[in-house]
Parts: sequence; structure tokens; C-alpha cells
Amino acid sequence: MPEGRRRWWHHLTTQRPWLVTLYALVLGFVVGALVIITTTASVLDAWRAIFSSWSALGHAIKLTFDVVGAAYRTMFTGAVVNPRVFWHAVTTGQGWTYALTPMSETLTYAAPLIIASVGVGIAFQTGIFNIGANGQAILGGVAGAYAGSLIHLPTFLHLPLTLLAGILGGVAVGLIPGLLKAYTGAHEVIVTLMLNYVVAALLIFTLLSTALQQPGQQNDISRTIDPSAQLAPLFGAASGLRVNWGLAVAALVVVFAWWFLERSSLGFDFRVTGANPQAARASGINARAVIILVFVISGGLAGLAGIVQMAGTTHYLDGGFLIGNAGIGFTAITVALLGRNRPGGIVWSSLLFAGLGVGGRAMQAATGIPLDLATVIQSAVVLFVATPVLVQEIFRLRHTEAGEVRLATSGWGS
Amino acid sequence: MRLELRGITKRFGPLTANDHIDLTVEPGQIHCLLGENGAGKSTLMNVVFGLLHPDEGEILVDGVPQRFANSGEAVRKGIGMVHQHFMLVPVFSVAENVVLGFEPTRSLGRLDRARAREEIRRTSQEFNLEVDPDAIVENLPVGLQQRVEILKALNHDAELLILDEPTAVLTPQEIDALMAIMRSLAASGKSILFISHKLKEVRAVSDVVTVIRQGRVIDQVPPTTDEATLASLMVGRDVTLTVAKDAAAPGEPVLRLEDVVVRDDRGLVAVDHVSLSVHAGEILALAGVQGNGQTELVEAVAGMRDVESGRITLGGRDITNATPRHVLDGGLGHIPEDRQRYGLVMSMTLADNLVLNTPRRAPFAARGTRNLGAVRANAEDLVGRFDIRTTSVESPLSALSGGNQQKVIVARELSRPLEVLVAAQPTRGLDVGSIEYVHRQIVEQRNEGLAVLIVSSELDEVMALGDRIAVMHAGQITGVVDPSTSREQIGLLMAGAVGAADA
Repeated sequence: MPEGRRRWWHHLTTQRPWLVTLYALVLGFVVGALVIITTTASVLDAWRAIFSSWSALGHAIKLTFDVVGAAYRTMFTGAVVNPRVFWHAVTTGQGWTYALTPMSETLTYAAPLIIASVGVGIAFQTGIFNIGANGQAILGGVAGAYAGSLIHLPTFLHLPLTLLAGILGGVAVGLIPGLLKAYTGAHEVIVTLMLNYVVAALLIFTLLSTALQQPGQQNDISRTIDPSAQLAPLFGAASGLRVNWGLAVAALVVVFAWWFLERSSLGFDFRVTGANPQAARASGINARAVIILVFVISGGLAGLAGIVQMAGTTHYLDGGFLIGNAGIGFTAITVALLGRNRPGGIVWSSLLFAGLGVGGRAMQAATGIPLDLATVIQSAVVLFVATPVLVQEIFRLRHTEAGEVRLATSGWGS
Repeated sequence: MRLELRGITKRFGPLTANDHIDLTVEPGQIHCLLGENGAGKSTLMNVVFGLLHPDEGEILVDGVPQRFANSGEAVRKGIGMVHQHFMLVPVFSVAENVVLGFEPTRSLGRLDRARAREEIRRTSQEFNLEVDPDAIVENLPVGLQQRVEILKALNHDAELLILDEPTAVLTPQEIDALMAIMRSLAASGKSILFISHKLKEVRAVSDVVTVIRQGRVIDQVPPTTDEATLASLMVGRDVTLTVAKDAAAPGEPVLRLEDVVVRDDRGLVAVDHVSLSVHAGEILALAGVQGNGQTELVEAVAGMRDVESGRITLGGRDITNATPRHVLDGGLGHIPEDRQRYGLVMSMTLADNLVLNTPRRAPFAARGTRNLGAVRANAEDLVGRFDIRTTSVESPLSALSGGNQQKVIVARELSRPLEVLVAAQPTRGLDVGSIEYVHRQIVEQRNEGLAVLIVSSELDEVMALGDRIAVMHAGQITGVVDPSTSREQIGLLMAGAVGAADA
């Protein structure tokens, strides 16, 4: 092999954390392709035909690639950009809204996900498993809905107040496991997990309450928050693009998280605690304070994610808010792990997950393959990332001098 | 058994842990493998025991080449290993532990305890290894637990015994007993491969000494070789074995413990009404076999364990049950016993570890933001001053060798203003070169007027460093003696003979 190509080859076969993530992504899409193949009747029929005639083999292979290709192509054009439509917009100056909608949608979904995942990631780096981000986000949304619909103020006061209410809602839910762990040693995984159910029930309760329910409604739907409390579309309402100022909030959160973890004294305490709690204690770090503060920050960010979701897109709450597939607080856990709990990595993994979700919907509309395929790919990617050894074996990666790629996180025992 | 190693080579990536090692252990011979930590001793033993596979070279047992796929095959060929950390089930009886994996059974797979007991009685009589087969292992002292390990190997018909640093956890008396056992085993024809870096023991018990350094056999010498020569072979340069120090000039007491009672994790009294004082400009060495309350005592002083009653003062200020932060800021330097667990964060950089106790102190941070430039400059300075070997101050600490990791803690603690230094097992696991270095640093600090409390289970260290020696047994101070006291008397105090050496 020529020298240049050999270097590239070496680069691609030597184990590095980002490389493992990249290959995990590839494997995730391979798994997705297998699911498409084994669940599409026409593809299965084509393969069955080769039992009667070998000449059908060519057709079977072609059809397989066509079907999988169409699925992934529509997924891409639905989540990022459709080159044909984009080119049309460039040449004619028409249809920009149509060309940019996929990207706008992906960014709209990514913004709250980034915020929640950064919160979960900070907790992970401190050795705390905040499984309750979803409940914290829901109460953030509820608190924001109160502030946004029951108080009336000019935008420059109302929007910050609404966002602050969202943060405080998340903090309130986060403080429960935080205080319990700090003072009684209760395991945060159990407490946060259970609190999710409590908060989900509380959501329905408030939505049916006279205070928050949309007047004249019998269903679980809240009042719509004032326009002065909403996160306006980034490019103006006339643009037709949903991407809103929540993206700017997410960007601020990422910058803050980077500074916090890499530069701040408190962040240093957090990281020492996460990496070695015994050494943290011996070096004078107040473990109790760290636990409580982690939950304040992590819960606050989850609450902010909840209110950004609501104030940026729907502007009201309903019984399905962050429930089921929309549960960004749960997705945030996998997104944080995929991003190795670092703000920069989380931005990429959030975009990936948001893109898979948005693209999955486009794929479903165009090809009839269920949206759940996106979930299959997401889960497979996370599984492969969580088992670097498996990826190493499949791709025969060489070990670097630095040694093994570490697991993104290590058990939730302590 | 005659074990012969020919050209054994084992590489880990770019590192060659064993480089063409040739070694022959004759039947009935006690062959010592002497080398520093990281010289490749453990790797070699794991190769012999079938836990690692050599990249090159061959192993011959009684002239026949062998390839051990795993340790089970090595055991079947008559090789037994006593690990440094015992591989025993603490809640099982001696008999159960010895037969574990090769249990004699009756019909339907029921354990034949009577036969197990009988087998052990026979083996222990044959080799003069007295242990009660029905005793529960966790109730036995460490020396006896080790004896159970040896019995286990012998019960599997071991003809060659590998003893990996067997004396690290023993009292002087237990070490003597172990040596007697080794001699009698050798006399009955067993071969012994004895791994150590302690020169005294090596000279006392071996027939032949093979010195390895950086994975290579440096020399094979008779045990009559003097200590200084052995040490320089091992380290590769001349080393001073005794610490050069002048008589202490003790000043005011700085650290005082008055009638202190501390409980261990299980709630038992670990420190039982201990009173001690450490004066400025002196080294008080606290001797004792591990597990006699020294750990708990140090933790109580460092603010990491509750004091049940009594009083601890530092420079006249009460620090009883103060937080670690308070104690550290009050001028206490702490070199913890388990450095990787309590003293360092292995995944963080060398520079971060050097400010672990003082991350908020100027100039390392201001108004909540860290000054990474200052952290780095501090690291560059300390790496130079304390001769820490690293490729970069931004390397993760896990990339440093054990000796250099210990230097990181020593550098960190000694580079800030202190009133008292508490060092627990400061040289455990270090090679001769690093021990010499750490000792010199400690003596220097004492000469400059620092009060130093050393906790060590190494009698050599206690006697070399201590200006006074306090001996601890079962949570109590059994005596405070002068370093000129004989080893035997200190040994008796360590075993709990109160007042054996009132000096």
C-alpha cells in the first residue's frame, strides 16, 4: 500500500474513542437494515423466489438494496436536507422554507434534548445517575405553564421569568432525590425513577385543575402561554420554520457546561467526586454539598429542557407532554452516554437522535416503514457504544498505547 | 521438580515485560527472584503458572517442554502458587478451603468432610504445618492464613511452590516461622521460587538469588552477597540503605492525641484510649502489624473517621471530628495508606492531582474559575523538584508507575505549608530507589522543624526513620521505645506483650 493510504488504514484500525462511536453508528444502521429486510414482505418474497430459480438472486439483492436504500435516503432527506429541493431553491430563489424545513425540525427537536442531556451528563460525570430527568422536565414544563399563562408581563420580563420557573420546577423535583441521598443515603436511581411516575400523575392532575386547564375544555389540556412568554421562531414567524430561540438557550447551556466542567472550581470538585469519591472526601470535598448541588444543576437543566420544549413548540401542555416516545428526559440518558457525558459530544449525539426521530417520520410517510425503526437504530447504536469491546472485535481494532477504551460509565452501584 | 525457563519473552504492546529470561530451579532449592516493582517478576510468575502465555521461549518441567493453557494445567503439572493477596474464602473452614476445586466426595456429590479433614491432617503433619482444619479462615491471623494457602498448594501435590512477596503482611515472628517452613519444604525435596524485594529475607533464606531488572536477568548470585551489592544490582546504581540523619531536636508538641477512642467500619473499637504526641522536628514512628488500629487512628486524625471520645489537637487547635477540609487547611499533610483509593484520582491528569487538596487556593483559582496556567506551572515546577518521571504534566495519573504516583502525593503534601505530616505506609510497594528518595524527603522536612508521624508495618522503615517508636497492638499503644531497641523486643511489643521493653 502507498504510504499515505497505509497511514489512513492505520488511523481507521487503531482504537480511539471517537472511532468506536463511529463504528457503533455504522453497526446501528446495519442492524436497522436487517430489521427492514426481515420485516418487509416484498423483500422476503424476492428472497424466497431464489429457492425456485437461482436467476432470481440478482433481483433479490437489487430489491434489498432498493428498499433499504430508499428507507435511509428518505430518512436523510427528511432530517437534514433534500439535495434536489435545496438546489431548486438555490437556482430559483423559491421554496427555501421547504428546503430548510428538515434541518429546522431536527434543530427544534435537538434543542431541549441537548439541554436535558447536558444535565444528565454533568450528573454522570459526578458519579450520580439522574434517571429522573424526565420527571424534572415535566415539572419544569408545568411550572413554566403557570408562569407563562397566569402572569402577564412584557416579553423582556415574562420570557426570563417563564424560563426561570421551568428551571425551578426541575430543581424542586431534583432536590428530593438529592436531599434524600445526601442525608439518608437513599439510592438516587430508585428515587428518581419512581418520582417520574409521581410527576407524570401530577401533570395530569394539574392539567385537569381549574388553575391550569384551558377554560371551556374537559380534556387534559393547559392554557396556552402568552406570546410574551414564548420562544419565538429564530427567523421570524413569517419564515415558516419552527426552529426557535430555544436553540440559542441550548447553545448557552453547552458553553456554560463546558466552562463549568473544564474551568470552574465547583466543576473540578464534581469531577473528582465522580472519578474517585474516597479521594474526594480525603481531599476535603464536601460530598453532601456536591450531591445536593449536582441535583440542583442537573434537575434545573432538565426543567429548562421541559420549558424550552413547551415554550418553543406547542405553547401549551397536554396529557402526552414528554410521555412515551416524547420522553426527552429518558432519551437524554442515552444521548449523554453516547456523547461520553461531555458537552461537545452531547451536541453531536443530540443532533443524531433528533435527526433519526425527524427523519424516521419522513421515512414512515414515504415508505411505510414504521417510525419505530429509528428507535431500533438509536438503541442499537447505544448498545454498541456501551460495549466497546464488541466493536473492537468486529472491526479488529488495534490497541493503542493508552490502553482500553473505557466504558462511558461504570455500573450504578455507588 | 526441576523447572527450567529458556528465553522467556513476554511483551505488552511496546513494553517488553520479560526479555529472554533464563532461569533454572533445582529440586530442593529455594530460588529467589529479586527485583524492583515493575521489573517483571510478577509477569514471569504468571507465565510459569499458566496465567499468561509467553511470546517466545519455553518452560521445561523435569526436562520436558510444557505449554500451560491455563493455571489448572500448571497445577496438574505440580506447580503451586501462593499469591500476595490470598485466594481464600474467608467464611469457609480451613479444610473446605484446602480442598476447594478438588473436593473429595461421597455418593451423589456430597462433600466428604471427614476425608478432607484427614487429608489435611496428613499433609500438615508431613510438612510440619500446624493448622486446625476446622477453624474458619477469617478468624485466623494472617500468618496462619498464608499457611493455609501453602497447604492448599501442597494438597494439590505441588512439587514447585511459587511464593509471591509472602512476607509483606507478616510480623517479624511470623516471617521467621515462614522461613522455617520454607526450609523444611526444601529439605523434603520441594522446589521453591521465592519472589521478594526485601534484601534481608532474601539473604536469610535463599540458596540462589537471581536478580532481574527491566525484564532482564542481570545476574545470578549466592545469598552471601552483601546487601549493598544486591541493592545496586537490583536498582542499577548505588543506593544508600540507611537513612542519614542527625539526632532530632524536638520542639513543642504539635499533634496531640488524648485518650482517643475510634471504632472501625464494623463498629468495633479499633483505637482504644490512645494518647500520643508528635513534636516539631521529630519523627514519631508508629509500628505494628497491619490491622491493629493504625489505619483508623490516621483516618481519625485526617478527619475521615469519627472520634468517639478523647481529643485531638493540631498546633493547640482542637481538630476532634473536624472535616477533612478543616484539618488539611489547618496544616496537616496526609500521605494515605491506600494511595490510589484515597490520595489520587487515576483518571485525571498529573497537574490536577498535584492540586487535589488546594484547588481553590490562589493562584490555582480565583472567583470560582480555575487558573489552568497556574495549575500547569505548579506541576512543571513540582515535577522538576521532586523528580517525577512522566512524559507530560497533562498525562493521566494512571500512566505513571507506582513509585512516581507516590512521589506525586509526597510532592503535593510537602509543597504546601504544613505543621504536621502524617504518612501511612509511605513506601509500601515502592522499589529501593524510590524508598530512599521518600525517606530523604521526610527526614529533610523533619530537619526543617516539621512534626512527622510515620505509620509503617515495615520494621526496617520504623527503625531507620523513627526518632521515637510507638508500637501499637489491638488498638492500644504497647510501648514507646527508642530506635536503639532490639528488633526482637519491638517484635514482642507488636505481638502484644505490654511492657516487654520498657525503655
